[in-house]
Amino acid sequence: MNRKKIDSATIISAVIVLALYVAVFVAEQFIPATSMLFTVLKKGATYALVAVSMNLLNGFTGIFSLGQAGFMLIGAYVYGIFTIPVLSRMDVYQYYNGGLVQFTLPVFIAMILSGLAAALFAFLIGLPVLRLKSDYLAIATLGFAEIIRALFQWDKLGPITNGSNMLRLFPTFNDFNIRGADGQVVVYLSTLVPLLISGVCIGVIILLINSTFGRALRAIKDDEIAAEAMGIRLASHKRLAFCISSFFAGVGGAMLAMYQTTVQAKSFTTAMTYEILLIVVIGGIGSVTGSCISSFLFVACSEWWLRFLDQKQMIGTFEVPLLRNGFRLVVFSIIIMVVVLFFRQGIMGTKELPDLIRGLRGKRAKGGADK
Amino acid sequence: MWSTVFPYLLSGISVGGQYALIAIGYTMVYGILRLINFAHGDVFMVAGIIMVYMAASGVPLWLCIPLVLLLTALIGFVIERVAYKPLRTAPRMSAMISAIGVSYTLQNLVLYITGGLNQIYPTIPWISDSVTIFGATTKMVTVITPFLTLALVVALVMLINHTKIGMAMRAVSRDFETSQLMGIKINRVISTTFVIGTFLAGVASLLYFTNYTTVIQTSGAMPGLKAFVAAVFGGIGSIPGAVVGAFIIGIAENIIKGLDIILFKAGIVSGPLGLATFSDAFTFALLIIILAVKPTGLFGEKITDKV
Repeated sequence: MNRKKIDSATIISAVIVLALYVAVFVAEQFIPATSMLFTVLKKGATYALVAVSMNLLNGFTGIFSLGQAGFMLIGAYVYGIFTIPVLSRMDVYQYYNGGLVQFTLPVFIAMILSGLAAALFAFLIGLPVLRLKSDYLAIATLGFAEIIRALFQWDKLGPITNGSNMLRLFPTFNDFNIRGADGQVVVYLSTLVPLLISGVCIGVIILLINSTFGRALRAIKDDEIAAEAMGIRLASHKRLAFCISSFFAGVGGAMLAMYQTTVQAKSFTTAMTYEILLIVVIGGIGSVTGSCISSFLFVACSEWWLRFLDQKQMIGTFEVPLLRNGFRLVVFSIIIMVVVLFFRQGIMGTKELPDLIRGLRGKRAKGGADK
Repeated sequence: MWSTVFPYLLSGISVGGQYALIAIGYTMVYGILRLINFAHGDVFMVAGIIMVYMAASGVPLWLCIPLVLLLTALIGFVIERVAYKPLRTAPRMSAMISAIGVSYTLQNLVLYITGGLNQIYPTIPWISDSVTIFGATTKMVTVITPFLTLALVVALVMLINHTKIGMAMRAVSRDFETSQLMGIKINRVISTTFVIGTFLAGVASLLYFTNYTTVIQTSGAMPGLKAFVAAVFGGIGSIPGAVVGAFIIGIAENIIKGLDIILFKAGIVSGPLGLATFSDAFTFALLIIILAVKPTGLFGEKITDKV
């Protein structure tokens, strides 16, 4: 593909994305802020970023890492630690005498710091781990995530991490709303801003994927030995991909902290990593668009659309059997198993949004090497 | 000193035995299919749940135990047929993702059935009794676990070395395609592997939950992961390796749980260090060290890359 020329399909995709943002902005001003729609959009934006960052490793580089929850944890903690207002620290760090950190950073700087901290850990972890092969690498990264989780709960680090107690009272998504002098919200931005942050980060990842570096990563995925023979330095490329992916997972973690309004190390379990992996698989391993779509679908299904399965439903006088707390998740898991077993390509396969538009216009998209 | 360490050592050996039984399932499946069966830990948990519900429904205990083992083995068989067999020719990662999917499904299913509440494990007479050995009070199960584990492992090794199906297993794990050409019915071998693995996980669940007394949908995740680490530690594919690895991990984990007290009693530290937080993390640290130093584990065979 010619990289210099931007074809019309790319422009149309950009317009679609822009239109979605405008739609969200408008919707946010008129629909009550308590609507589930916004919860889904906020959480979806967070998961989309993390899923894309995981896809960068699993889908584009062929590094099967299961450490995502660990990097998110680092991001969430760094964000929390540096943004809790100084006045609230006494309340949050009540067992540690107000904690060690006695200053507050601006939100966006703290978010970047979250990413950098995660990337730094990734660099250190990568030294031993990235030499391993496929499933050994998976289990080692998973192990690291568990070690990080234990470390952040360690009582001796309490003055910084608050031990096993939760971090709270830091700025959340709602603080992005612009308030008038009387404290009333004038412009609602609490959904748009997370979507923008996530969008910008994903944009950067897309640029990376389409750069020389990204093509080198794909070459590594297809065949490590051949890639090495073509002059791609395996170790440094893998390490850089691992760090970049973790950087964005860290930012995603900071966003998750904002979404949840509290952070506690024990919630960042391997189950969280599995969830993100399943999102990536449903979307299509190797498709950024797919990861984004499936994040929103996954969150919408689990938080909103399938909620009715958890309550008793009556059709006339007939009570639908089986429906009670937890049934939603059972149905959900079965859907996931069906996707994993029978639709292994996921929603998008390896295609992206511009490919779809090209496809609609009858021109067969080149590229997208199917194996 | 010894009297402080001994109880931890004892429970370490016991937990190690239970991990060993789970680890065998991982190592056998990996040996044959090159698949990390992430759902194995959850099958172990499901075995616990079946026992809870069966005992609650009034089935006498002496009947419960064989039924639980049978049902667990059946579940293993079904999982393999439904979730792994269709993916036999797919890339290796697909099967692993499917295993994660099965794990997710089993956990959610149990969450739905139990309502997410801790289930009290039925008390199995005799093995739940308290005994005192060398001044440490513990449950009978702690004492019998290592012996039962060793007996089962010896039986399993005999099976693998001296029976026809065992020979087929060894052949399949050596070379999948060639053994198929030699007329080995590969599906039967794989099913047998799963049945044996899950049967042993069922035995482990009887012992483990008698010790810990409650079961919840997430109870299988950690023991499962640790057993897997044990399998890797010992050299994946090797049954003696898995057993040795499991005992080392079980003991190390329990010693760390009590390290604060042990160090304090020995006068090395003056206050608690909170090291117990790291009892799980240590397992993984051990894993990463062994992978970095000897990637094929203690007893693993060296694998060379072929272009």
